[in-house]
Amino acid sequence: MTINDIFQETFSAVTVNKVRSGLTILGIVIGIGSVITMISIGSGAAGSIEESIQSIGSNLVMVMPGFQRGVGTQVSAGRGSAQTLTQADADAIRDEITLAQAVAPEISRRYQITAKGKNTNTQVIGTVAAYPEVRNIQVDTGVFISEQNVRSLSRVAVLGPSTRDDLFGEGATDVVGKAIRINKIDFKVIGITKSKGSTGFSNQDDVVFVPLSTAQRFLAGDNYVTTISVEATSQKDMAIIQQQISELLLSHHNISNPQLADFQILNQQDIVATASSVTDTMTILLASIAGISLIVGGIGIMNMMLTTVTERTREIGLRKAIGAKKRDISLQFLAEAVMLTFLGGFIGILLGWLSAFLVTQFANIATKVSLMSIILAFGVSAAIGIVFGYYPARRAAGLNPIEALRYE
Amino acid sequence: MALRAASFSIGDGEFVAIMGPSGSGKSTLMHILGALDTPTSGTYLLDNQDVCKLSDDELADIRKDKIGFVFQSYNLLPRASVLRNVELPLMYAGASKKEREEKARQALIAAGLLQDRWGHLSNQLSGGQMQRVAIARALVNDPTIILADEPTGNLDTKTGEIVLDTFQRLNSEHSRTIVLITHERYVAEHAQRIIHIRDGEIIKDEKNIKQRVVNHHA
Repeated sequence: MTINDIFQETFSAVTVNKVRSGLTILGIVIGIGSVITMISIGSGAAGSIEESIQSIGSNLVMVMPGFQRGVGTQVSAGRGSAQTLTQADADAIRDEITLAQAVAPEISRRYQITAKGKNTNTQVIGTVAAYPEVRNIQVDTGVFISEQNVRSLSRVAVLGPSTRDDLFGEGATDVVGKAIRINKIDFKVIGITKSKGSTGFSNQDDVVFVPLSTAQRFLAGDNYVTTISVEATSQKDMAIIQQQISELLLSHHNISNPQLADFQILNQQDIVATASSVTDTMTILLASIAGISLIVGGIGIMNMMLTTVTERTREIGLRKAIGAKKRDISLQFLAEAVMLTFLGGFIGILLGWLSAFLVTQFANIATKVSLMSIILAFGVSAAIGIVFGYYPARRAAGLNPIEALRYE
Repeated sequence: MALRAASFSIGDGEFVAIMGPSGSGKSTLMHILGALDTPTSGTYLLDNQDVCKLSDDELADIRKDKIGFVFQSYNLLPRASVLRNVELPLMYAGASKKEREEKARQALIAAGLLQDRWGHLSNQLSGGQMQRVAIARALVNDPTIILADEPTGNLDTKTGEIVLDTFQRLNSEHSRTIVLITHERYVAEHAQRIIHIRDGEIIKDEKNIKQRVVNHHA
């Protein structure tokens, strides 16, 4: 019996009872279809989360103040609230860490901002000229803060598009050159950034940038910074640079015990890893719910195959009488089950693809049908055919030819 | 015990009828002759090969190479064409597509089925035609022995005669060895030799001197 013979036998057996075959594979179609859709929703979510984390900057290491805690005390202030990082720390990192491509200290606080009677309360970030490079910010119109602005304590501001909308009206043009008041101090608008979208918790577009020195002098009134963003030269240097910054700041702050560090260093890779572990869990959850329907579909296949074997008992008897071996019979019925599940898998993939497309179209949820999930679906449907077809096939092969021929 | 004290031999090219009432053990005898079953004791030599101690798969090989079955109820695959039904044993024998077709055509000619029926599905045929397809299927592997179990049981007398004539022709013109199992004296009389069996024992083994010849004008 050649592969071609098995295929021919199987094809004619499956097509003889089209309605029954169709209903049986429906279970597999729905199962595979929902697995494909669920995985595509999961990986779509993972993709968009990763993308928004990447939009913060590339190869980014962020240094933030840590606990402010004395040796031996249990009381500590909230993480990030401490004022332990200064301009000097940023300068030290810039000067001494060779792997740092760019360093951007910032001070960030919320202030009331007014312009021509309109007002808003938003995040004001005092920073330096290197900030756009480190944090992936692009200027739409005008210019960003320059080194010159920082040195001369210029009272200039760059607005995020959302802030511009709030202060000057939706999509307002010729904003550059106009004046705004931050905390009752006049600033001149010199640029508008391009929209970045939100990262889930904060809107990256609702922000005002001012020179770091200006913010420290006129707004905060002190010399501390809230975050130092450091861009590493390459991704493989991230762990090394994190270590180097840690050692440098420990020695600058005269702290010998790393456990008592008054700062913390966040690595962008870690954030991505954390986020993707969350979405991975979600994907697995969704896929396993869908997987249950696959098992139900598989049981349907087994049910139909057992019925088929009973119905075709005489045929099996005849095949054995004319010389079919056990292997020939079991192969034939196994091939039948696999063909059903494979067909179901194929239609299911198309269905899953279509519904992933519809989910994106109508529910506005990002989906991504990966090649991996398609290969997986084909593998799973073939495996289901083998697993659930094995028992009926064995039963067919084990029939006694004499009894099978007599079967009414 | 369905069968005991059954000792006989069948020569090459013989046309033998095994006759007995139902429950006489003739079915068991046919199963053993057809290598579907093995006797609990005793020996069965087919082509000088002891078939009794073989495994299931080895028995399947014997059936494939040396035995052709014709059943009372034809046992054709209902939704397959005549040609495909006849080719079926060759599929298990692993013959090439060309060889299958060639042998199936020869077997159908030998079984006397008109060529215009070859493309039909088997369930579109009359009983007599179906049985001739079954005979062609039994012939196609060039077996040592053809076993026909009540081949006329489902047919009317006239069609039965045509089928019996086919067997006689295969025996006389193609020197086929045929064993015909029946409970009807009239059917058995078409063979050259009749083995009478009752309660699992051979009670008579006679040469049929007045072999019935089918009236060809029918």
